[in-house]
Amino acid sequence: MAQEPLFEPWNDPSEKPLIQFKNVTKRFGDFIAIDDLTQDIYEKEFFALLGPSGCGKTTMMRMLGGFETPTSGTISIAGQDMNNVPPNKRAVNMMFQSYALFPHLSIYENIAFGLRRTDMAKDAIDARVNEMLKLTRLEKFAQRKPHQISGGQRQRVALARSLAKAPKLLLLDEPLGALDKKLRQDTQFELMDIQEKTGTTFVIVTHDQEEAMTVASRVAVMDEGRIIQVATPDAIYEAPNSTYVADFIGDVNLIKGTAELRVSSKPAEQTTPETLEAPADPFVDDTPRPQPNKLGEWLHDKVLSPIIGERDEPIKRLPPPSAAELTATPEVTSDIPEGGIALNWSDQHPAIIVSNGDEAQDGKALTFAIRPEKLNIAKDKPDAANALQGTVIDIAYLGNVSTYHVELKGGQMIKAQMANARRLAKRDITWEDTVWVSFTDTAGVLLER
Amino acid sequence: MRRFALIAVPYLWLLALFLVPFLIVMKISLSDIALAIPPYTPKLDLTGGWDAVTSFFKALDFENFEFLTSDDLYWKAYLSSFKIALISTVLALLIGYPIAYSMARAAPEWRPTLLMLVILPFWTSFLIRVYAWMGILSNEGLLNQFLLWTGLISEPLTILNTNTAVYIGIVYTYLPFMILPIYSTLEKMDDSLLEAAEDLGCSRTSAFWLITVPLSKTGIIAGCFLVFIPTLGEFVIPSLLGGSQTLMIGKVLWEEFFNNRDWPVASAVAIILLLILIIPIILFQRNEQKQREMEG
Repeated sequence: MAQEPLFEPWNDPSEKPLIQFKNVTKRFGDFIAIDDLTQDIYEKEFFALLGPSGCGKTTMMRMLGGFETPTSGTISIAGQDMNNVPPNKRAVNMMFQSYALFPHLSIYENIAFGLRRTDMAKDAIDARVNEMLKLTRLEKFAQRKPHQISGGQRQRVALARSLAKAPKLLLLDEPLGALDKKLRQDTQFELMDIQEKTGTTFVIVTHDQEEAMTVASRVAVMDEGRIIQVATPDAIYEAPNSTYVADFIGDVNLIKGTAELRVSSKPAEQTTPETLEAPADPFVDDTPRPQPNKLGEWLHDKVLSPIIGERDEPIKRLPPPSAAELTATPEVTSDIPEGGIALNWSDQHPAIIVSNGDEAQDGKALTFAIRPEKLNIAKDKPDAANALQGTVIDIAYLGNVSTYHVELKGGQMIKAQMANARRLAKRDITWEDTVWVSFTDTAGVLLER
Repeated sequence: MRRFALIAVPYLWLLALFLVPFLIVMKISLSDIALAIPPYTPKLDLTGGWDAVTSFFKALDFENFEFLTSDDLYWKAYLSSFKIALISTVLALLIGYPIAYSMARAAPEWRPTLLMLVILPFWTSFLIRVYAWMGILSNEGLLNQFLLWTGLISEPLTILNTNTAVYIGIVYTYLPFMILPIYSTLEKMDDSLLEAAEDLGCSRTSAFWLITVPLSKTGIIAGCFLVFIPTLGEFVIPSLLGGSQTLMIGKVLWEEFFNNRDWPVASAVAIILLLILIIPIILFQRNEQKQREMEG
């Protein structure tokens, strides 16, 4: 993938979308399944519709397949208005959630079913079916009935059957829901591979965010009949546009607070070491430099002093931190770029510094969202833009990572995820420990809704 | 031991209520008519010892079966019964399938009600329902009165005591046995199969013939046998609704027993009927078993 040119037709204004939803609304009685939805999907895209059950994603797909007609608005495929086109007249095929394989027909006949409905010649059908069997590695099972093969194989038959007619658009309705995790992951890559080989546009409906992120070129997160955000998987994950999206995709910590412009804040002066405050002589370099430890001093005195001279005495030390300083803003020792937003969220904790925050958000009530794996957890106060003190309440050991549930003063719960690089026995943080949760000034995002 | 007892129960049931009566009827069919009570000889007399038993078996012969082939009444009755059963089965299928189909397609909350309506006639005695048809179909019956009132006919139609009345009675009586198995296969069918067929280019009609009908095949076969088998030996409907020209083997059987008091010939007729019925029953079960093996 890396050496290929970037596939981003949605950013190219000259590109014509394959599918266009224009102000589409679908009502079932009083229930609004799709609410005034407008969306473009481009050719060769792998477009994922993601959302909880009842969010309208399946309705959207069924409208593409022709099984539902919009109450208002138009759906066009390749520029043609599809509102009055029945399913059997569309160049669209669907892979059903239950696979919907015909139990009385062999695998071969299942795949041939769609082709037999066309005026295709018999040997052409045979060639095409064999091609599909090869693509999905099902040659051995051609003469079996659907109940004689495994779930993963059935899923591949369903895929082969829906691809046999070479549709412009393939719809996949929770295609991997019935498979166990290991098989699902393998199949996801297989799906991507097949999509790339055939160049078909895929629209997939799923409630599994991991699946959507893995396979899709773009993900649309839906809720209550609306699309909340459409973006590439990494943009959805790293830059969600709302707390709904942030919360739906993966794990997230949400902290509510009030934004304050950071330009006017002067924590830097108040916490700078005294030795820097007013340099008396510009030629005297009295900036703090690394200080030797006991062994270093001994070595200097006994071995190096004849060569490079006496040690500087006395050593310039930072003043001991005052009690107030311990709870003050933690950018004491960090290089944080100017600007951005500080989020005041608790009177027991320093404001959260978000240097990538939009300055126009000053004064607004915002939610700070940060992924657990972007947090660091340590027993000693770390050198970081943001550090919050709390107590470990719970540790979830997941094998490769552990999730620490930390309760900050004031009750806010924070989840921090750490890779288990060391063996479990060497883990030094345990229940009831007082720890520092720290993160950089660009690790999270500020969300308005 | 407990498992043995569990298996023994149905076998004992079959032994006592099927095999023993069958052997008794079989024995009577091999006997000769006699003016006695019961009206046949020989009778097994175990007090007579070994000689009595051997002479008893020597007295049995296939005379009655030979008699059945000599008189064309019997094979004509078998053939006519077969024809009536076959036509009734086809009629029941043609009427029952659309009913079962619309029941299976009805909203789920309506299905139990519809199912109950199909079973409801069983709450009334079968005989009473057949008598009710006499009231409906007779010359002065409800149907003729209604048709005369609408002006469609000027003279009452003769329906009662014809084969038409027999067909009406049989189809009416056995229709639920056709509907229920078809309904149960159609109800189990996944709607997404039809959507998939449409998605792959089928029209609604071709999807019905290519998907729905093949998938309800087991229900259709079961329903046909459930109608055909009892209809073949049906006695009550042809004797109450049919006329003198309605020839059915059940009626012949009854007449041999009660009018002629010829128990041996009547038993021979019954044995032949049973043998005729056993063939389709075995075929049916083979088919079912094959289906199960394929699905299992």
